Amino acid sequence: MELHTLWFVVIAVLWVGYFFLEGFDFGIGVLTGTLARDRAERRVLINTIGPVWDGNEVWLLTAAGATFAAFPDWYATLFSGFYLPLLLILVCLIVRGVAFEYRAKRPEERWQRRWEHAILWSSLTVSVLWGVLFANMVRGVPIDAEGEFAGDLGDLLSPYALLGGAVSLALFTLHGALFAALKTVGEIRERARRLAGRLGWGGGALTVGFLGWTLAEAEHGRGAPALVVAVLALLGALVANARGREGWAFLSSGVLVVAVVALWFLTLYPQLMPSSLDPAWSLTAAESASSPYTLRIMTWCAAFATPVVLLYQGWTYWVFRKRIGTHHLAPAAHGAADTGTPA
Amino acid sequence: MELALAPETLARWQFGITTVYHFLFVPLTLSLASLTAGLQTAWVRTGKEKYLRATKFWGKLFLINIAMGVVTGIVQEFQFGMNWSDYSRFVGDVFGAPLAFEALIAFFFESTFIGLWIFGWDKLPPKLHLATIWAVAVGSVLSAYFILAANSWMQHPVGYRVDEETGRAELTDIVRVLTQNTAVAQFAHTITAAFLVGGAFLVGISAYHLLRRRHVAVMRTSLRLGLVTMVVAGALTAFSGDRLGKIMYEQQPMKMAAAEALWETEAPAPFSLFAVGDVDAGHNVVSVEVPGLLSFLAHDNFSDPVPGINDTNEELREAYGPGDYRPNIPLAYWSFRWMIGFGMASVAVGAAGLWLTRRRFLLAETLRTGEDEVPRLALTRHLPLGPALTRWYWRIATLTMLFPLVASSWGWIFTETGRQPWVVYGVLETADAVSPGVSTSEVITSLVVFTALYGLLAVIEVRLIVRYAKAGPPELTEADRHPPTRIGGPPSLPGPRQDAGSEDRPMAFSY
Repeated sequence: MELHTLWFVVIAVLWVGYFFLEGFDFGIGVLTGTLARDRAERRVLINTIGPVWDGNEVWLLTAAGATFAAFPDWYATLFSGFYLPLLLILVCLIVRGVAFEYRAKRPEERWQRRWEHAILWSSLTVSVLWGVLFANMVRGVPIDAEGEFAGDLGDLLSPYALLGGAVSLALFTLHGALFAALKTVGEIRERARRLAGRLGWGGGALTVGFLGWTLAEAEHGRGAPALVVAVLALLGALVANARGREGWAFLSSGVLVVAVVALWFLTLYPQLMPSSLDPAWSLTAAESASSPYTLRIMTWCAAFATPVVLLYQGWTYWVFRKRIGTHHLAPAAHGAADTGTPA
Repeated sequence: MELALAPETLARWQFGITTVYHFLFVPLTLSLASLTAGLQTAWVRTGKEKYLRATKFWGKLFLINIAMGVVTGIVQEFQFGMNWSDYSRFVGDVFGAPLAFEALIAFFFESTFIGLWIFGWDKLPPKLHLATIWAVAVGSVLSAYFILAANSWMQHPVGYRVDEETGRAELTDIVRVLTQNTAVAQFAHTITAAFLVGGAFLVGISAYHLLRRRHVAVMRTSLRLGLVTMVVAGALTAFSGDRLGKIMYEQQPMKMAAAEALWETEAPAPFSLFAVGDVDAGHNVVSVEVPGLLSFLAHDNFSDPVPGINDTNEELREAYGPGDYRPNIPLAYWSFRWMIGFGMASVAVGAAGLWLTRRRFLLAETLRTGEDEVPRLALTRHLPLGPALTRWYWRIATLTMLFPLVASSWGWIFTETGRQPWVVYGVLETADAVSPGVSTSEVITSLVVFTALYGLLAVIEVRLIVRYAKAGPPELTEADRHPPTRIGGPPSLPGPRQDAGSEDRPMAFSY
């Protein structure tokens, strides 16, 4: 395999990892608004991802960094072209991260409620935006001969892209609901399963429709196997969930996420960003890649570092493998200022 | 188009605001991680409760701070592509690699282990839990190294060539990029300065409590740790700064001439204490100088010539073609002075404190204090400081606790604006680096959004820090005193049937 093909695959894998992991984080965030009935349940949901969300988000930073290093043109066109959506994504990620960390730092009802709203809306918005962004990237946007984005915000809001946004929201919420069913105990676990069942049919149909549309418009059918995998994974998730096999159900929704992202990248290759103005202006992997020397160094670095990362991230999940319920929540601890003047 | 609204100007303002803001949190994260880890190590080794309480206290402030550092860091990685796409196209081959390494090697490490540290108190045995905070500390220092190596390449590009055909820079020697003297000196200067920031933070908050005679045992220990950190880090910051300065005299003479408002080449060259200059005419109107000192700073002797702004500008014109290669000179001059001034003032406060609070050295028996007493400030062997002056020392320590942070912000403003008009020195000008496809209104939008959001978050963050800092260290719980002996095991309480009901045991910490 040529180095630039290898790095295309690596970057696809990084995005797969990101959407698999932060996908359920986003889903959990969305579910604090629908699945949780009170503050205690919202806290349970937030704490299912508490120890891991930050590590999960690094997959995004690594995907972006690897794109910068391996395909500078791709990074430049993508990030400057999707300027406003990315600005909004950044705002959401900032607010969301701070909200997780600060929500429990003060006991006041109003303070906590505000941060919970922040978690809900930022998770929801960012879930939609990633779908819109990827749909646009795969389908093509106006890119001129210089490799610069030549459209405006309206070009990014086509029906196809908006459907992409709805799909990513549905997908992440389903993934999050199955994660919640796997990681909680008590009543909320049952409700998570029921919700996942309902979401699975609607969201699943939406996803399959969207993937079909993507394939129908594509110049080649390379992504077709991913569609098959997606359908099987969706059915697997629904059946396993209905039978109460929560581990298998979550794994299946994970495979579904993987299949969707894989289909995007399979459809894209060998292009990186197709131009809707003139196919000759599309960015391709071969032309946008960095020098073989840079790619070789990065390959060595990735080959050594990635297994280690997987090992300690996996270990973290093992350490925090226990389910949690409302009775597990730590009694709120706050600065002594809450309990009166310190002695 | 008016210069004030040129995309380049706006994008530079945005980069400046978001980067300076991001770097308010970085030095404290870098140093507090290690200092907290040090305190926790003391607890694990001695079992003394004051160390555990200190760990919990500073750890809490560390976490409030790092949350902001992490989220504002994402912006940094995105905005090269968003606002500086021509820069990214040109340098990605060289500059992208350290960034990718940073994410893959350092960010994963830091972010994964911080989750384990926050939530792991009742899950991991003490030594393993201690290892997680050290992992965070190591991860953050590694990340600093990679990003500073990348920045150093912009200051002094090495190990690359420009491909004639594609017009892009290409990496030829990664080892040189990672080990060139600019990178090593910048790293040393930044890390030591970060520890000065952390030391002053510890001292300022400890002094606040000691003045009020609260939480004495914990704050006395923290004060001591902070003061030693300040003095050691302060000396090393000065030393590494001197080295970095000498490197800069070789690599970017214009930046250093601007830092001194030295218009004409002089031998021996004087160090300027105060100057008012006329930039258009190219000379100073008022100037107060120390003769020969600048020659020493540049060359380690008091006589060698130091090139001035006007001569250097002429040389750069010959090398790179017509144009004005001077940065904003008043800004370079004053930012350099504020950096040194705030930094040295803080080190002076730290050095005074270390002397005044010494425990035995040149100190009469009667002035020595025990572990849970507020230290008596002693000027000489038998002469203690009066109560009023003692109170003033504590107050000054608290009031100056952010001085090193101010200094480090000015340091970055100096080194980045002093490199202008270049974004990659001698290779790419900043004006050629912006995203051509991003409109003025888009940049204005993001500039306003970031500024407003960051402003709001600053208010929230500072209030939280003040609240927790004032509250003082928490009381320990039974769970704190009896950590598990194996991963996920029950607390190490004496008595039989420890596993009973462990499934329903509440978490020691939850969001």
